[in-house]
Amino acid sequence: MNTQPILTVSTSPHTHAKCDTSTIMWMVSIALTPSALWGVYSFGFRALLVLAVSIGTAVLSEYLVTQLARKSPTLWDGSAFLTGLLVGMNMSPRVALFIPVLASLFAILVVKWTFGGLGANWANPALGGRVFVFFSFTSAMSTFQLPRCLQRLLDASMVDSLSGATPLTYLKTRTAESLSTSSQLLASGNYPVTGFAQSVGQALHISPYTVDSFFGNVGGCIGEVSTLLLLLGGIVLILSKVITWHIPVSFIGTVAILNWIFGGMKAGLGVFHGEILMPLVSGGLFLGAFFMATDYVTSPITHKGQLVFGFGCGFFTFLLRNFGALPEAVSVSILLMNIVTPTIDRYIKNRKFGEVVKQPKKEAKA
Amino acid sequence: MKAPTFSKGGVHPDDKKSLSREQKIEVLPLPSELLVSLSQHLGAPAKATKAKGDTVIRGEKIGVASGFISADVHSPVSGVIVDIKAVTLANSVSCDAYVIKPDAEQPAWPTEKTDWHMQSGEELLAEIKDYGIVGMGGATFPAQVKLSIPKDKDVNVLVVNGVECEPYLTADYRMMLEHGAEALEGAMIAAKIIRARRVIVGIELNKPDCIAYLKGIVSQNNLPIEIVGLKMKYPQGDEKQLLKATINREIPSGKLPLDVGAVVCNVGTCNAIYQAIVFHRPLVERIVSVTGECIAHPKNILAPIGTKTSDLIAFCGGFRSEPEKLISGGPMMGFAFFSQDTPICKGTSGILALPPQKPIRQTPCLNCGKCVAACPIGLEPARMYRYITAGDYALAMANDLMDCKECGCCSFSCPAHLPLVQAMKTGKKMGRKKK
Repeated sequence: MNTQPILTVSTSPHTHAKCDTSTIMWMVSIALTPSALWGVYSFGFRALLVLAVSIGTAVLSEYLVTQLARKSPTLWDGSAFLTGLLVGMNMSPRVALFIPVLASLFAILVVKWTFGGLGANWANPALGGRVFVFFSFTSAMSTFQLPRCLQRLLDASMVDSLSGATPLTYLKTRTAESLSTSSQLLASGNYPVTGFAQSVGQALHISPYTVDSFFGNVGGCIGEVSTLLLLLGGIVLILSKVITWHIPVSFIGTVAILNWIFGGMKAGLGVFHGEILMPLVSGGLFLGAFFMATDYVTSPITHKGQLVFGFGCGFFTFLLRNFGALPEAVSVSILLMNIVTPTIDRYIKNRKFGEVVKQPKKEAKA
Repeated sequence: MKAPTFSKGGVHPDDKKSLSREQKIEVLPLPSELLVSLSQHLGAPAKATKAKGDTVIRGEKIGVASGFISADVHSPVSGVIVDIKAVTLANSVSCDAYVIKPDAEQPAWPTEKTDWHMQSGEELLAEIKDYGIVGMGGATFPAQVKLSIPKDKDVNVLVVNGVECEPYLTADYRMMLEHGAEALEGAMIAAKIIRARRVIVGIELNKPDCIAYLKGIVSQNNLPIEIVGLKMKYPQGDEKQLLKATINREIPSGKLPLDVGAVVCNVGTCNAIYQAIVFHRPLVERIVSVTGECIAHPKNILAPIGTKTSDLIAFCGGFRSEPEKLISGGPMMGFAFFSQDTPICKGTSGILALPPQKPIRQTPCLNCGKCVAACPIGLEPARMYRYITAGDYALAMANDLMDCKECGCCSFSCPAHLPLVQAMKTGKKMGRKKK
């Protein structure tokens, strides 16, 4: 063996955790896959097409930007693929294909690269893209399709009246007129429900709509319907230390608590009688809480800050869902909190080692 | 009961100790030449007292401390000083070093034991200074300075650091297993000097045999020492983290263990104190782990100070494969060096030969917060990195840059592979310059 090898001199540390940017991005993509596949299964080939177009546009535009800007290629880090996947999962399976194209372009070109690419964007690119097309093509973006298991249950006349509605959009049009909980409203409107959900619901004494939404037997965006698979993906991410529990738990927890306290008031039930499970499993809450709010770049850097961030997301989600004009509130809430993130990071700091937390002086009682 | 550890931050690098942990300490055959540096400790270099051509005797003082924070240097061998020349040490410090050619015959060390119980703390402290003892965990802080307690401070605890949290290193582990009784007696000497009422030895749980062995010695001899098993986490061997883990005290920013009533002393140092006080042997040799994937036969070696790296590696059978880096110390905080002529010093706990690593691909900072979660001090390395790369050293200093001890947890966990520790080191240097 050569006794005088050429040695490298570098700063410590000389060892590194087996984790880099691309592993993280691909891990998140993998964790999202089951939910995306469920969407494809429920809504058919069309959903796959939407996903493919979103991802393709995102990856291609990322490539072109780096080429035009003469930057070193960045496709290997997987962030563009992930953005495309998230954009696609946030689309209704029935949208015209130019919409996901626009959304991905907006996400990559405007939200991500005008601010300098990965790490410099102020908002989650996929969310930016989604919100951009949502407000541009609101009706197309809120026209949904029932999954195949529910379509089978409906006769031809009802398909039209109900096909455009997720439970949330359906409720939005109905809450004003009557005083009852959301599950009761869905039942009174003959919103379809699977037999499986009915039996499980009866056994557990919960609304069958909650059961259907939990397992993903509802209308909605391609990637948001199966709460169960999103939850599994999220748990995988937490266990593999890609994300921490702080944002998802405080986000979902805040939505649950606020709905429990105030959610029943509209139905005349008073405080502490709101329905908890239904708001959690409907809409894109789990997709947002586990996969979009936890985007590193646009969420606070300290765990304390992340708790505040999650609380803010949950708070705005509750407000917008119950008092806003649109049925879905998760993406707008996260965007709002993205804007607040630098401020949170500025004021919420960790306690330093050895730092004494100053005791506030007790005020003399009068 | 759950094993204690420190609460904030920390990482779990792959510990790799199995490469050398079963290797008993072996004595290195006398090398043909030694490079004994005059700057083997934190503080001012020692002043040379010998000249080129002089003969020296094993254990003779050849350099005297040149300030309050400084330490004496002794000759590890009897021989001739062939030259005095400038050398570059592993930590890139350049200083003068004696080139000593050892005689073929070496005088034996005295084996007569001295009973130290009759000596006063002041006398013991003077001897420790005289025998050039420094902290052997790596920081090489002169021991007599550490053990001199100012009159206004009340120190009641001596914490002995047997953590060895750096991956690969097994020198302290082997020392505790083979010379545990001596090290514990050394700890008792140190405790007498500082008048400590409690002595605690902290050892990580990856060394269960050490813990059991030392507990056995303690109960056999009825020593007033507590052996505490600590849950593994890097950097537990840092005195701030060790004090938090063992006695739940936090040293405030810019303060010393003294300020929270404790002194932290490495087990290696305790053993050196024992050798000095009981056998009157100055600190002229130490145990070095020569290990790493590229070393043919990793070993724990008792080698004279000043041994060249090439001699150690040759004793271990050379390289198994070509290394990319040679490191003095552990992989988290050790120094990469480029020449195999580099000598070992009083603080060299290991020489590692590490294989080439996958080329890293740096990305922009993702703001993921892994560095913040890993920092045992509670800093925000990512933010600091931004300040320093933008040249705003004053702002970095205002955000407690000086509290960073370069433990490497942030760089270790950074998925973007940002050179965070490098930035911290640059920032500190530039920040100090500006002041």
